[in-house]
Amino acid sequence: MASTEIVHAHAAPQGFIRKYIFSLDHKIIGLQYYFLALIAVFLGMGLSLLMRIHLIWPTASLPIFGDIKPETYLMFVTMHGTIMVFFVLTTAPQGGFGNYFLPIQIGAPDMAFPTLNMLSFWTTFVAFVVLIAAFFVGAPLHGWTGYAPLSAVPSSGPGEGLGADLWITSIALFCAASLMGALNFITTTLDMRAKGMSMMRMPLTCWAWFITAILGLLAFGVLAAGGILLLMDRNLGTSFFVPGGLNFTGQTSFPPGGFSPSTDLVKHNGGSPLLWQHLFWFFGHPEVYIAIVPGMGVASQLLSTFSRKPIFGYRAMVYAMLAIGILGFVVWGHHMFMSGMSPYSAFAFSIMTMAIGVPSAIKTFNWIGTIYKGRVRFHTPMLFAIGFVSLFVSGGLSGPFLAQPVIDIPLHDTAYVPGHFHLIMGVAAIFGIFAATYYWFPKMFGHMMNETLGRWHFFITLVGTYSIFMPMHYLGMAGQPRRYSQLTEVAYLHPLIPLNRFITYAAIVTIAGQFIFLFNLFWSMAKGKKAADNPWEATTLEWTTATPPPHDNFGGRTPVVNHGPYEYSVPGAPRDYIMQNDPATAPVH
Amino acid sequence: MGLALLAIIWLITFFSTYFFVAKTWWLPVGASAAAPWIDHQFALTYVLMGIVFVAAQGSLGLFVWQYRDRGSASQVHYSHGNTTLEVLWTVLTGVLFIGLNLMGSSVWASERFEPAGPGAVQVEASGLQFAWYFRYPGADGKYGRTKPELMDASAGGEAAVGLDTGDAASKDDVVSGTMYLPVNREVDLALRAQDVIHSLFIPAMRFKQDAVPGLIIHMHFKPVQTGDYEIACAELCGLGHYKMHGMLKVVSQEEFDKWLASKEAEKQ
Amino acid sequence: MATLSSTVSVKVPQTRQGGGGSTPPTFGGGGGDGRGGNGSPDYGERLRRARLGLAVGLTPVIMLFVSFTSAYIVRQGLPTLDLRTNTYVHDWLPVNLPWVLLLINTVILVVSSVTMELARRQITRQAALAPVTSIPGVSLGEEKKFPWLGITVVLGLGFLTGQWMAWRELAARGFYVATSASSSFVYLLTAMHAIHLAGGILALLYSAVTSLLRKPVEARRIVVDITAWYWHFMALLWIYIFALLEIAR
Repeated sequence: MASTEIVHAHAAPQGFIRKYIFSLDHKIIGLQYYFLALIAVFLGMGLSLLMRIHLIWPTASLPIFGDIKPETYLMFVTMHGTIMVFFVLTTAPQGGFGNYFLPIQIGAPDMAFPTLNMLSFWTTFVAFVVLIAAFFVGAPLHGWTGYAPLSAVPSSGPGEGLGADLWITSIALFCAASLMGALNFITTTLDMRAKGMSMMRMPLTCWAWFITAILGLLAFGVLAAGGILLLMDRNLGTSFFVPGGLNFTGQTSFPPGGFSPSTDLVKHNGGSPLLWQHLFWFFGHPEVYIAIVPGMGVASQLLSTFSRKPIFGYRAMVYAMLAIGILGFVVWGHHMFMSGMSPYSAFAFSIMTMAIGVPSAIKTFNWIGTIYKGRVRFHTPMLFAIGFVSLFVSGGLSGPFLAQPVIDIPLHDTAYVPGHFHLIMGVAAIFGIFAATYYWFPKMFGHMMNETLGRWHFFITLVGTYSIFMPMHYLGMAGQPRRYSQLTEVAYLHPLIPLNRFITYAAIVTIAGQFIFLFNLFWSMAKGKKAADNPWEATTLEWTTATPPPHDNFGGRTPVVNHGPYEYSVPGAPRDYIMQNDPATAPVH
Repeated sequence: MGLALLAIIWLITFFSTYFFVAKTWWLPVGASAAAPWIDHQFALTYVLMGIVFVAAQGSLGLFVWQYRDRGSASQVHYSHGNTTLEVLWTVLTGVLFIGLNLMGSSVWASERFEPAGPGAVQVEASGLQFAWYFRYPGADGKYGRTKPELMDASAGGEAAVGLDTGDAASKDDVVSGTMYLPVNREVDLALRAQDVIHSLFIPAMRFKQDAVPGLIIHMHFKPVQTGDYEIACAELCGLGHYKMHGMLKVVSQEEFDKWLASKEAEKQ
Repeated sequence: MATLSSTVSVKVPQTRQGGGGSTPPTFGGGGGDGRGGNGSPDYGERLRRARLGLAVGLTPVIMLFVSFTSAYIVRQGLPTLDLRTNTYVHDWLPVNLPWVLLLINTVILVVSSVTMELARRQITRQAALAPVTSIPGVSLGEEKKFPWLGITVVLGLGFLTGQWMAWRELAARGFYVATSASSSFVYLLTAMHAIHLAGGILALLYSAVTSLLRKPVEARRIVVDITAWYWHFMALLWIYIFALLEIAR
């Protein structure tokens, strides 16, 4: 007989402001993060569309934007990268789904520090506004990586004045917000698990959010340090990153009126551009794992649920994520093989980078092993989970090329690199977000998303994104450099224009296909088929509670956990799934 | 649906692999001494990764079809995994990845751990927004002094690198917008940058190195084929990054000497 | 839309999809929300959670100063290209630090750490005795409440003032923020520490305010406890920075 108990739950807030604007409820905050990321992703996609169009039709005059100057193209490049990496990939999987479902999946009524949680969202929001403000004063052109001295000297190009200061400020605010979030995730996971929910019984999504939070905790402080030093170089005349004797007369058209070498540049002395790279990439490499690890957790969760089979090698999956997290901190130099860094350091970094391929491979084998001898149901969330695995394989296998310094010589800073990282971050991680959306939509909104529209969305996006990013590997091998606003000046690039045109057409179709998702999302919230409490017949705790979950998640009671998270098709059980808080009658794992 | 997924995944795998195998778009023909070694390591990597790629995508596609839910005909094999298999494929993957890296490390060592040999051609490459200038030290083998305050890119040539004509060593320095090199001789390239980070990239030579302000970075390579090779900038350097290109002309030793002599004569 | 209904009720477990014959899921007693079985807040759990949060939260602060330290050490050893001779030279200029003044500031901060600790222990005792004093008729005598917290605030402000004076002295000696790499780091490290310490002072003022608002002493105790540990960390951090700047000049 189930035990029931009267517990005074949190009093729910009243009033629109407290309920929806400054909510302390992790579920509302999760939705706020999600919708912020949704706005950001469409903005980021729009920028990439403008970039692709300009590459193929560089002299075309576009509606609203007119002629796209080279510096405008580079502004698009910079803002696209910054928006996507920070406000989509670091926001939706962790701040969005992590916030919403971590407490529920571990059986807690909320995050450890609800007020801090609210603050972390609104700080992220302000960071976003500050970044968008840069558009209006001339956004920087130095790429999301912001290498000094290009980013450290305001006269290096248009947008490198106030625009760059706003960019740095936005990122600094984002650092603070992420750190607040990481604090919450870690404390909640360590201290608020329900009875019986040991660490090794947590769903892999919880492990993913936990490890991602630890990565963020250790990495964002370093980015903040770099940003502070950069702001000082730009505004206080310090020389952390700027060496002496710089001369900018080569660029005769900017600043307007020309540049005089007798002005403030000679005040700088002795700074090291490589120092910025070290600080940035010490953060930047863990950041890409922050972007992908939550997606890995979602993939594990969905592959198991929709194959009706436990995840193959739960412990190995946990250790692999931990290994990826730890190794992720010692590989940053692989972004710097050509930078002038010591070749001995390069060798050390490359060994570690190959090593990090091993846990990634283990996870891939285990995902495929989960499907093996399972019983696959092809609901839309599962389609995106399968797509995730395929894209992770493709994007992951171009890594070992770049990880070897000799092979990096021809490939560094060519289109090969965006091909590699877009397949992983720009597609696989996005597939993780899509998969999570289709999967958890019923629990969040009480309706099902439309399956037909979901399938169209899946196939268009899978074929479309492969068509965009796989060819970039070929372009890179042929020597097409990154971040070129036009392919007209360097002669050996001319034969590559037809393939670039193909990519642009693929991008147009793929981006159009995302509106199917957008329509499906909003239409289903109102008109979708009503969802039961557990439409997928899944085992984890969010499916034990009402749809949508009540304010304290479990209606005044807390669950007691008796089973692992992936007990599907247990021999001898009455149904093909055992929920985590089912009584301990079946063999306990 | 399982069949559709299998078809799509296998088709994507087929087309991706096809263009790699057919080398429809590929590295340009190598023209340096190091190119065959680099290309060999590249080929080894892509064969091994290609096998893994086909195997992984193939099995993914196969399994989602083979193990689709067929109602009562489906029998799920309840299992939490297989530790032996985990250990096995972990070790194999580790050996493959690390082994591959170690095999390429000797090429890296010879390229980068050792400086240029004696007798190498000396060239200094200066990157600035948005052009490359190449300086030859002349008969005295010494580069003359340069001063940032003398730099004036609009005047081109010696002024672009800020050559201090007062320095005795500057007298025989030759500055050119085109890099000339004699074939079959190693070149000791000194890379510099005047304003922001640039990167000298010559695809056919399998050569790339960032030019960093505040540093003089020495790098060497040996062209083994005459011809004209385009140079591209491979590090974002501002609005003109896309048009910051140059040209390397590899010629016979005689032609190189003739060219250098004619440039010296121009200075008088 | 997520509903946010308040729930204070006994609920029977709902039947689930595809159920049928299986026993209902188990739900257990309190936990997770800092509330004990009798409905009153579990301050012990809240304190533990707050301390865990602080430990986690200090990690990025450590990473920030680790980054600054590594930049400092690297820059110190980095040769600079002298364009006149085209050779690399070491151009690190040790800063003439006003170490007497900084030493006095260090003493002030360490003393403030002592007073902070006394304040922390004082309120811990008060919180422990709170249940006793709430019994009507029981009195423990007028405990003289020495204003340790207030003294800590004053000492903290004194430290910040002393740091400001140190900057004035540095400027007088010709070391401004952009004078040299070494002077940049002196200002950077001391300023970043001062900003974090100012945050700690704000936390102290907040805990003073909560006492005026008459929040329960157990809740106030948590605020003071966390601030105290943060304060001790700031003192240790300062000692580290001072040692770094003096020893690794």
